[in-house]
Amino acid sequence: MSETRTGSVTNFDAWKHAYAARAANLSVSEVRALFSVVSRPEVVSLAGGMPDVSALDGELIEQAFRSLMSNRRNYALQYGGGQGDLRLREQIQEIMALDGVHGSVEDLMITTGSQHALELLADLFLDQGDVVLVEAPSYVGAVGIFRHKEAHIEHVYTDDDGISPEALAEAADRLIEQGKKVKLLYLVPNFANPSGVTLTAERRAQVLEVCRERGILIIEDNPYGLLYFDQKPPAAMRSMDAEGVVYLGSFSKILSPGLRVGYVLAPPAIREKLVLANESAILSPATFAQMMVSEYLSLTDWQGQIDTYRKLYATKRDAALEALAQYLPRVKTTHPQGGFFLWLTLPDGLNSKEMLPLAVNELVAYTPGTAFYGDGRGANNIRVCFSHPTAENVKVGIKRLSNVVNLQLDLLDTFGAKD
Amino acid sequence: MQPTILVLAGGISHERDVSLKSGRRVADALTDAGAAVDMREPDSELFGHLLATRPDVVWSTLHGSVGEDGSLQDLLRLARIPFVGSDADGARLAWNKPAAKIILKRHGVQTPDSITLPKSTFRELNAEAVLALVATEMSFPLIVKPAKSGSAQGVSKVENAKAFAKAMVDAFVYCDQVLIEKFIEGTELAISVVDLGFGPRALPAVEVEPNSGAFGYQERYVPGETNYYVPARLRPADLERAAEVALLAHNALRLRHLSRIDIIVDNEGTPWFLEANVTPGMTETSLFPQAVVADGESLPDAYLSIALAALRS
Repeated sequence: MSETRTGSVTNFDAWKHAYAARAANLSVSEVRALFSVVSRPEVVSLAGGMPDVSALDGELIEQAFRSLMSNRRNYALQYGGGQGDLRLREQIQEIMALDGVHGSVEDLMITTGSQHALELLADLFLDQGDVVLVEAPSYVGAVGIFRHKEAHIEHVYTDDDGISPEALAEAADRLIEQGKKVKLLYLVPNFANPSGVTLTAERRAQVLEVCRERGILIIEDNPYGLLYFDQKPPAAMRSMDAEGVVYLGSFSKILSPGLRVGYVLAPPAIREKLVLANESAILSPATFAQMMVSEYLSLTDWQGQIDTYRKLYATKRDAALEALAQYLPRVKTTHPQGGFFLWLTLPDGLNSKEMLPLAVNELVAYTPGTAFYGDGRGANNIRVCFSHPTAENVKVGIKRLSNVVNLQLDLLDTFGAKD
Repeated sequence: MQPTILVLAGGISHERDVSLKSGRRVADALTDAGAAVDMREPDSELFGHLLATRPDVVWSTLHGSVGEDGSLQDLLRLARIPFVGSDADGARLAWNKPAAKIILKRHGVQTPDSITLPKSTFRELNAEAVLALVATEMSFPLIVKPAKSGSAQGVSKVENAKAFAKAMVDAFVYCDQVLIEKFIEGTELAISVVDLGFGPRALPAVEVEPNSGAFGYQERYVPGETNYYVPARLRPADLERAAEVALLAHNALRLRHLSRIDIIVDNEGTPWFLEANVTPGMTETSLFPQAVVADGESLPDAYLSIALAALRS
C-alpha cells in the first residue's frame, strides 16, 4: 500500500483550546455577512436602529465644540472620574425629570452608551443559568449580553399593551418552582425595540408588584421615551419604585450615537458596585464625549431638537404604515406611538432569515425576527426600522420588501415547503 | 518602477463581506511588495475613474455575479485596462457551474452526475413529482446548490425526501437555476493554479476538514471551524491525479493567471471535478493564500508576480 502523505494542519485559531466556555456564544454568522450590503447607497436599510442624525442641526454641535475647546479644553482631554462628570449628571437629572424620574446625582453614573450599563449590570447580577425575564420579542443587544453571560433567557408573553403581568408572574413562579434563580426583568417600556409597543400605566404598576413580591430587580431601559409622536408615554416605572428599578437612559437617540454617552440610575448599593465595575472595565467614561454632551445641553435648545425629531419620525412612521397597507396588506404590523420600530408578522410559513438573500437582490435590508429571541422564535417576524431612511425611501424599502415576501411566497407555494 | 494597481472589492452581492476582506488582504500584500495600490468599490464613477487614472493593472476581488460572470472582464477589455484573472469567456464558463461540468466531462474528467433545473420548471410542472423523479433516479444523498453562486451559500446536502423541498428553496433564493448533484464520499481538496505566462502550475493541494462535516459559509470564514491540511493527507499518486485534473480544468475553461479548482477524491483515488473559481477568496482563512504559502512563496511576492503577469498579458 502506498504511503499517505502527512503535512501541516492549521485551523487559523491557535488559541481555540484556550477560550472561556462563554466565548462559544461569540461567533459571526452568514446573516451578519449579508448585512454588509447596507453600506451601499443603492440599498434601503430598514435594518439598523439608527437615528437620522442628518436632522440634527450641525451648527449646534459646532457651537458646543467651540465652547468646549475655548473653556474646558484641558479638562475634556484628561482622564475623568469613574462615575462620570458631575455637571453632566446634574443635567441628566433634568432630562430624566421629563419622564417623571427623580434621583440623586450621587446615584447616577455615566456609561459608554446604555449598552455598557446593561453589560455591567449583567456582569454584576448573573451567574451561569440565572434567569432573566424579557419581553417577547426583546432588544437584540440585551439578548446578546444575557446569552454571553450564559443566563437563562425567558421571554414573557407581550401584546400591544406591553409585557403581560399575569404571564410574568406565571413564568417567574414556574422557574422559581424549578429551583432557578430569577434575578432580573429587562424591558423597554416605551416604544420598545423591536416591537414598538408601550407598556400601559396600569400594567406598569402590576409589573412592579409582581417583581417586588418575588424579589426580581427590574432594568428599565428607556432610550425612546422622549421620542413620542402625539402623547407622552406613562411615567417611567422608576418614578414609582426607587429601590426595585435600575433605570437606563441614553443620548444615542436624542442626540448622537457616535458620542456613546448613556447613563444609569441605580439604588445606592448597586450604584456603588457599578462605579467600581465601571472603573475596572474602562477607568472612566470618555471625558471628551461627556463634555460635548454637557456643552450641547447647556448652550442649545435641545428640547427643540427633540421636537424636530418627534415630528420627523412621526412622518416616517406614517410613511411606513401607509406603504405596508398598500404593498403588504396581508402582513400584520404594530402601530407605535413613538420610537423607531415596527414589528411585522408575516404570513404563516415564511421565514424572514431564510429570505434575506432575496432582500440583497431587491436592494433592501431588514432584521429577521429571530434576532430578538434567545430561543429561536421570531422566524416569521421582521423588525422594520423607519427612523433612518427618508420618508420616501421608507416607502421604497417597503415596496422592495413586498417583492421579497412575494418571491418567497411563490417559492414556498411551488415547493410546498412551508415550515 | 513598481506598477499602480487598483484593487476592486465589495459591490452588491451576497458575498460582499468576503470580497471586502479579500480585497484588503490583496491590497495589503501588494503594498508590502512595493506596488502603488488603491482600493475601491464598483460604483457609477468606476469607469470614469479608471479611464482618467488608467492604473497599470486592475485586480478584482469582487465575488458573485458582479465580478465573476464575465461582464466586468468584458468592460475592462473594452477599456483596454489590463486586469488580473480570466477573461470574460473563461469567467462566464466557470461562473456557470453546470456549463463548467459539461466542458470538463467532455475532456474525460469525472464530475458527479447532476441535473440543472430552473425555477420555471418547478412552477410549470408539478414540483413534488419532479423532485420525486430526481430522488428516485439519482438517489440520496444529493448536493443541492445554486447554479451560479459562491462561498457555499445556499448549498445543502440532502439525505432524504423530506429535506429536499427546503433545500431547493434555500438554493433558489440565491439563483434562479439550481444544480442537483450526486454526493461523492471522499476527501475535499482545493487546488490553486497559477500561470505567470509560462503555463499553468498547480500549487500544493489544500485538504479541508470542517468540524461540522460540511464546508459551509461558517466553516470557510470563521477561524477555528475547519482544519486545513497542506499537503493533503492522500497518496502522492492520488494527489498527482487531482493536480492533473485541476490543470486540465484551468486549461479547458481557458482560465488565466489564477484559479482555484475544487475537487473531491473518492475512496478509490479518483478525482471528481466540482467547480472552478476565477476569483478565489483571499481572506485570512481562504484556500488560495494557504496554497501560495505552502508553495514556499510569500504572499506579497506571489501577488506581485501575478499582477506583473497580468500587466505583460
